[in-house]
Amino acid sequence: MPALIELQDIVKTYEMGDVQVQALRGVSLSVEEGAFVAIMGASGSGKSTLMNIVGCLDRPTKGRYTLAGREVSKLGRNELAAIRNHTLGFVFQSFNLLARTSALENVELPLLYGGVHAKERKVRAREALERVGLGSRLDHHPSQLSGGQQQRVAIARALVNRPRVILADEPTGALDSRTSVEVMAILQSLGAEGITVVLVTHEPDIAAYSARTIVMRDGLVRSDERHPPLKADVAALPAQEAQP
Amino acid sequence: MNFVQTFRVAVRALFRNKLRSFLTALGIIIGVAAVIAMVAIGQGAKSQVEATYEAMGTNLLIVMPGSSNSGGARGGFGSQPTLTFDDLKAIQTQVPSVRAAAPVLRASAQIQSEDQNWTTSVQGTTPEYLEVRNWGIQAGVPLTQSDVDSASKNAVLGSTVAQQLFGSGQAVGQLVRIKGVPFQVVGVLTSKGQSNFGQDYDDVVLVPDTTYRQRIEPGLGNFLSGTIYVEAISGDATARAQKQIENLLRDRHRIPEGEADDFNIRNLAEMASARQQSTDTMTALLAAVAFVSLVVGGIGIMNIMLVSVTERTREIGVRMALGATPGQILLQFLSESLTLSVVGGILGIALGVLVGHFVAVKFQWPLLIQPEVAVVAVAFSAVVGVVFGLYPAWKASRLDPIEALRFE
Repeated sequence: MPALIELQDIVKTYEMGDVQVQALRGVSLSVEEGAFVAIMGASGSGKSTLMNIVGCLDRPTKGRYTLAGREVSKLGRNELAAIRNHTLGFVFQSFNLLARTSALENVELPLLYGGVHAKERKVRAREALERVGLGSRLDHHPSQLSGGQQQRVAIARALVNRPRVILADEPTGALDSRTSVEVMAILQSLGAEGITVVLVTHEPDIAAYSARTIVMRDGLVRSDERHPPLKADVAALPAQEAQP
Repeated sequence: MNFVQTFRVAVRALFRNKLRSFLTALGIIIGVAAVIAMVAIGQGAKSQVEATYEAMGTNLLIVMPGSSNSGGARGGFGSQPTLTFDDLKAIQTQVPSVRAAAPVLRASAQIQSEDQNWTTSVQGTTPEYLEVRNWGIQAGVPLTQSDVDSASKNAVLGSTVAQQLFGSGQAVGQLVRIKGVPFQVVGVLTSKGQSNFGQDYDDVVLVPDTTYRQRIEPGLGNFLSGTIYVEAISGDATARAQKQIENLLRDRHRIPEGEADDFNIRNLAEMASARQQSTDTMTALLAAVAFVSLVVGGIGIMNIMLVSVTERTREIGVRMALGATPGQILLQFLSESLTLSVVGGILGIALGVLVGHFVAVKFQWPLLIQPEVAVVAVAFSAVVGVVFGLYPAWKASRLDPIEALRFE
């Protein structure tokens, strides 16, 4: 059985005026279903570019990318949008929730674009928010939520369409260490349901929660290590401050 | 994502910037209001012009006798009786485009009831006159052909005269004296009001032309010392009737080629259509102004939508990452501009009706709002919304999701 994510010799070249910048110089990688992979690297190492290609936000200049058995590197904008909608879920460093829009409606967005009926949208969005522990804050706007809560709304939004892969780009970058662990605990729990998580981070202690760490440098994979994951244990954390 | 949802998203986005959305829609509001008010005012003015000419008589031609010339002093039209009753008969019988023709012999005379008197225009005429003038009777009966044939002393009063002599009392059946001659009032005319020039149409007494010539103002034998009112068979036929009457009279009066007419024909339908043309020109001018303001409103929408797309670049990136297709993004922004322009259009109709009503009340003419104009105005503003919203929406849909997500 082929891996869920299969990258073969991916090259990405950007044209910056007259200069050609090679962001990826031939990356081959495969990620099996249910894995929890962290991609590390300094800025400029190509990890964000790799993430964009895996997330079907960008197309490789060269190489083959097979996602869930489908060759996606040559697909058009509409087909890529459909794949992002059904197969992928995104979690961003800055949450990227729509302002002045309730948590529930933010989570409904992917369903809206997926053509899910209004009634079912509500039910599924509520389920997703309950799943991340925000069942009591459905009608709160992002400005009324803490950073950790906002990120949990974003995770609920990424989960709501039952994707195969969650792509998290520095999901803890804007969070304190305690809420970071909470977020990582949620991401770890997804593997048990067969959801693959690809995490981009530059913090080694965040990468430690994954089961495989890939280090990028100069557009190439430098190291690719499987390791037992550190368990994200919220209970073991020092005294809890009051939740706003 | 269906249309209802798309529009709900659009309306919510617009509500986030209420003042800005309102100001943007204001261009369309003013444009549509201008269209509605302009058409209402144009129609009101037109109907007023029509009403005054209607009162004069439709498809009306007036044949006047020629001018006198004594020792070089020319008397003006009507100063010399050149028309005859045979001319009248010829016009009635030989001109195909003429429906009816009536002589009008006119004199200012005093009319007396038992306890009142009033000086008015006494007109000797035939039953056809009421037909030509499009005039009805409000009480009693009109003059008849037998009144004319027997030169009866029956009179029909204009409503002003009836009012002056009898107040609110019954005029029909009363005896009046015109120049001392007793007449029986057989009817009262309906009120026609004032002419364009302020003359009171109702300040008149009609008597049979035969009686007029015998008792009021002795005529010059067969000469018709007055004018002939002619009604053409239709509005289009007035010019033709004018030409035909002209040829007939020149022939009958044996006027050689190149000599001037010894009569004059006035075409009131032509005057009316000239008035009409000036209102039409006015309407066209206002329509052009309204069109320009709608286009300016559209540019306002485009401007704001471009700003909005830039402002919301990141939102667009998020939506794309969550699986919005370029088409869905396009539709979202397009429906925002469409909502702006259509809501603006509907508000504009309300404002336009208000302005039209205000003007109608001020100038005392009927308020005529045509529903089809409202529909066209809203449709046009919708087109403006789509046309001017298309470029910003297209720009939004072409954004690169990565760039958009990175946008600060």
